[in-house]
Amino acid sequence: MYELIAIGTSWGGLDAVSRLLDGLHEDVHQPIVVAQHRSVESEEGGLARLLAAHTRRIVTDPDDKTLLEPDHVYLAPPDYHVLVEDGHVALSTDAPVLYARPSIDVLFESVADAYGRHAVGIVLTGANSDGARGLARIKDLGGVAIVQDPATSERRTMPDAAIAATHADAVLPLEEIPLFLYGLCA
Amino acid sequence: MAVPLSTHAEPSDVAPERDLETLEIDLLLEAIFRRYGLDFREYAPASLKRRLYRRMQAEGLETLSQLQDRLLHHPPTMEQLLVDLSINVTAMFRDPSFYVAVREKVVPLLHTYPFTRIWCAGCSTGEEVYSLAILLHEEGLYDRTRIYATDINELVIQSAREGVFPLDRMKQYTQNYIKAGGKGDFSGYYTAAYDNAVFSRSLTENVVFAQHNLAMDRSFNEFNMIVCRNVMIYFDKTLQDRVHGLFHESLATFGILALGHKESINFTRFADRYEEIDAGERIYRKVA
Repeated sequence: MYELIAIGTSWGGLDAVSRLLDGLHEDVHQPIVVAQHRSVESEEGGLARLLAAHTRRIVTDPDDKTLLEPDHVYLAPPDYHVLVEDGHVALSTDAPVLYARPSIDVLFESVADAYGRHAVGIVLTGANSDGARGLARIKDLGGVAIVQDPATSERRTMPDAAIAATHADAVLPLEEIPLFLYGLCA
Repeated sequence: MAVPLSTHAEPSDVAPERDLETLEIDLLLEAIFRRYGLDFREYAPASLKRRLYRRMQAEGLETLSQLQDRLLHHPPTMEQLLVDLSINVTAMFRDPSFYVAVREKVVPLLHTYPFTRIWCAGCSTGEEVYSLAILLHEEGLYDRTRIYATDINELVIQSAREGVFPLDRMKQYTQNYIKAGGKGDFSGYYTAAYDNAVFSRSLTENVVFAQHNLAMDRSFNEFNMIVCRNVMIYFDKTLQDRVHGLFHESLATFGILALGHKESINFTRFADRYEEIDAGERIYRKVA
């Protein structure tokens, strides 16, 4: 039913994504694609190693055209936009969107287009409004929109913007998102 | 935008909307091909779509069908779109570690040749061409090298040929240059003029700028090195494979192929024709 989970976050995102993966049941097999704002300077593969400690899933900075596989987590590489097409990753070096590359909106809009009602989008903590427009697009094309409860987010700007932009299916504290995903995806 | 703002659309309503969009894009690309002979039908769809919508919005239009109408009847709009589709946002010495690897692992190989031909494919506005020219100059290779810098778009080639870049980028480029193992003073390669940095003509003395369409044109020489970084990410797998065929055919035996950091040769038919010179930097050597 649901075929892909896309996560967008910025400020506080490493901790939030770590905790989400920590709590996620292993029966949730869908590939997960994460766009987290990070510095151009950040070491390639560094974030992947940090997150790998929190999950049995395979965590990678994917190459262009990498196939999306079950039980894998794909991180947008620094200084690239990550998009998805039917079954694989597509990268771009187009100009930053809302000052961000990777841009969450760019990822989410491609997820909506490629996966339609089989897509799940999640906006977590963050300090700007990136992701709001993309989450609305996922929702408009029949997918599921999940937003971290702003009150429990390290930075609430991003969740607030997402909630304002679309009718989210669920607004949840971080620790409840894994269970919601389990109900949806397992 | 053709996107309805309702958040309550049922899946049965939205599927046709996506189909309609796909139809519009297909027709638009077909129209461009038949009117202008430019083939974008094998470009990677997700980024292509974003660029088409950006042009549509810049033109103040509501749908891609309207954009198609304008493209067919108003060639300057096609020129604009071609710029949108061919500008590759990059920087001088982008990925400094790549240039370090070229200095350490490729330069010694090039020193064994009396003369070296390098193809910079999809050179866009030329940042990579000037970076390579500076590196080769510092390594004592420039005088016996010819760089062929090509792009699909004549306008961006013209811009690359001029070698004028915004002055406010020089701070970042200088940092990149130092990290890339630069051996001189970066500011010695350009002259500041108002808000621009005008790069030395001596850097393009051995550069041939030419229009070439990777999707449609054939090989035009034999090269010792081909540099094509973050260009093929905009192509679909079929076109990537074909361009890899073109590169393979255009490389001399033991010729070097340099790709972007996130471009893998393993997804192509040619993986076993190359050996790795630097796996992380995606630098390969043709062995078969």
